[in-house]
Amino acid sequence: MNLHLLRIREMVKKELRQLFRDVRTRGLIFVSPIIQLVLFGYAVNTDIRNTTMVVVDHDQTAEARALVDAFTASGYFRVVERSVRPAALVAALDRGDAEVGLEIPVHFARDLAADGPAHVQLIVDGTNSNTGTVALGYATRIMQRYAAEHTPGRTAAGVDLRVRAWYNPNLESRVYNVPGVIGVLVLLMCLLLTALAVVRERELGTLDQLMVSPLTPAELMLGKTLPVAMIGLIDMATITVVAILWFHIPFRGSVLVLLPAALMYIVAGLSVGLFISTISKTQQEAFMTMFLFLLPSIILSGFFYPIRSMPAFFRTITIANPVRHFLEVVRAVFLKGAGFEALWHQFVLLAVLASLMLGVAIWRFPKTIGR
Amino acid sequence: MSPHRLLAVARKETIQLRRDPRSLILAFLLPIALILFFGYAISFDVKNISLGVLDRSNTNESRRLIEAFTSSGYFTVTERLARYDDADAALADGRAQLILIIPPDFQKNLDAGRPAPVQALLDGGDANTATIAQNYADAIVAGYSADVVLAGRRVAPPLVADARVWYNEALESRNMIVPGLIAVIMSIIAAMLTALTIAREWERGTMEQLAATPVHRLEVVLGKLVPYVGIGLFDVTLAVVAGIVIFQVPFRGNVILLAVMTFLFLVGALGLGMFISAAVKSQVLATQAAMVATYLPALLLSGFIFSIATMPLPLRLITYIVPARYYVTVTKGVFLKGVGFNVLWPDAVAMIVFATMGLTLAIRAFHKEIA
Repeated sequence: MNLHLLRIREMVKKELRQLFRDVRTRGLIFVSPIIQLVLFGYAVNTDIRNTTMVVVDHDQTAEARALVDAFTASGYFRVVERSVRPAALVAALDRGDAEVGLEIPVHFARDLAADGPAHVQLIVDGTNSNTGTVALGYATRIMQRYAAEHTPGRTAAGVDLRVRAWYNPNLESRVYNVPGVIGVLVLLMCLLLTALAVVRERELGTLDQLMVSPLTPAELMLGKTLPVAMIGLIDMATITVVAILWFHIPFRGSVLVLLPAALMYIVAGLSVGLFISTISKTQQEAFMTMFLFLLPSIILSGFFYPIRSMPAFFRTITIANPVRHFLEVVRAVFLKGAGFEALWHQFVLLAVLASLMLGVAIWRFPKTIGR
Repeated sequence: MSPHRLLAVARKETIQLRRDPRSLILAFLLPIALILFFGYAISFDVKNISLGVLDRSNTNESRRLIEAFTSSGYFTVTERLARYDDADAALADGRAQLILIIPPDFQKNLDAGRPAPVQALLDGGDANTATIAQNYADAIVAGYSADVVLAGRRVAPPLVADARVWYNEALESRNMIVPGLIAVIMSIIAAMLTALTIAREWERGTMEQLAATPVHRLEVVLGKLVPYVGIGLFDVTLAVVAGIVIFQVPFRGNVILLAVMTFLFLVGALGLGMFISAAVKSQVLATQAAMVATYLPALLLSGFIFSIATMPLPLRLITYIVPARYYVTVTKGVFLKGVGFNVLWPDAVAMIVFATMGLTLAIRAFHKEIA
């Protein structure tokens, strides 16, 4: 296998021209990163802010109003409905207008002032188990603080837990999600552009033209993949810049750590793309195969479903998923400023997986183009 | 419009579908496979949070506090630290997600009735898990604190919140995921199924034949729809049964209501697919467009996992034109809340609008093609 740099360069030029001539591909390369960033930066949000709340206040005293104010002042809750009828609470939760219901009974203020404990009823919509869990936690904390402020001396001193979150002090989910988009997007580009590009040539019959050209299979492979790798790197750089400047995601690590991981990851993605192109006869098939590969690799990557919560069987599978390791590297580099010594584990696995996939692609590819 | 001709088209479409094994697999196996895969793999229930402990008090009380963490079932002690400086590395490497630091004077403070501060360092990198871990830690410490304090002297707490979770009492993420998943998967599958149907006729050249028959375009569109509505209803039935039997999700609502709503939703989603198919004329393009139009919006903008109320206003407005949004409300409402038509009628209206729009667009796009 000998490589001619000149021939590869010509092939890359041809590929780039072909890629950018197609309106759809152009859209894919330039528009889909923006759409994904907006969606994952703004829509994928697990922060609890402005959780909707319905208040049924039977007491109508200053103390009761102060309790409701404590909820709204925290910024986590927003009162959407006030009523004196318990049925309003049920209706609001049933309709989904409110996620949390607070019912303050008569004599609330009186009980609070006297010795007896004052009871309030707190109802949380559990349909969304994520927000439900967190809202319940916040509500409990708000009421504890309220009790401590309004009944000084009566709340006994106990253990005082002081929590500090590192790397992301406000626990914003965006800080976690946006760097992850890099991994998903680069994979999407690598798969879609390589898999479809080769199959399209076959469908159009231009693959035969390439075969009669003096290009060797290795040159053909490089010619097909290099432009996509370039696009992948450009996309990655764009997202990184937007993440830092627009979404203010901290970038604490070094590009020199990120880059080698990205290169290995891109090699893995391109290899899978080439492999798909060798087992698909039509673009239709290639697209479906790609979808069937992409879906599990993203779900099992920890992109937004936590790996720790998966059953052992699926947790084991994720070890063979390059997306998982790359995402761990990206997030650690962005948020923790991690270096090789903390990430060598991921690097080794990425290297192993990338070489395996490249091996399969190199083995299959020349056969399918007929050499 | 003649029901006879309509049924003839439906029969033709069914025969054609039966001969296409790939479409059949897509129609019958993929939905249930995805439900099983997602249902088993995804969970947001945070368990086994890795806990690092720096116990500088090393007394009975401090050991009891640590035990309170481990016996809760949410935390597993993975690291015992000797020095404060080790905390940094343990968090950075991901060996611990939460580090509990108990100061030397912990027991002395408790004995003296003074507040005893305890520090918790949290890996905020994964904001979602971190928030939940923080809530658990708070609850555990509060419980422990109450035990210790109450053991010393009897003081009734001034404020008691009777917190209750409705609809999903144990806050299990599976109960949230499975009903929403049915909606998300069906919106993707439905659009993909019909995306091919008109484009296929066009690519195979059978479109002229169809145009030459005395069949009205309304009959063609509705006739083509019939077998797919049947498949869709079958898929949903299978998914609902799997949800109830395999995943033990409570089903509290009315089956007939769900069936009617599903029918409305399917007509809209299938109509959308048919419109795409008629508009782009190529099978490859049609599948891709169907995927783009349904996949990410259904996943991220439907309220399936990410709550719509917390999104910024422009995205919130966009969710109104995502049909999956209404169907997610319906499946969750019928499964978990057991609500009836009196609550779900706005969603029914929205889905009727979508169905009418989908069909009208499909019929109009189809018309242009024949002419």
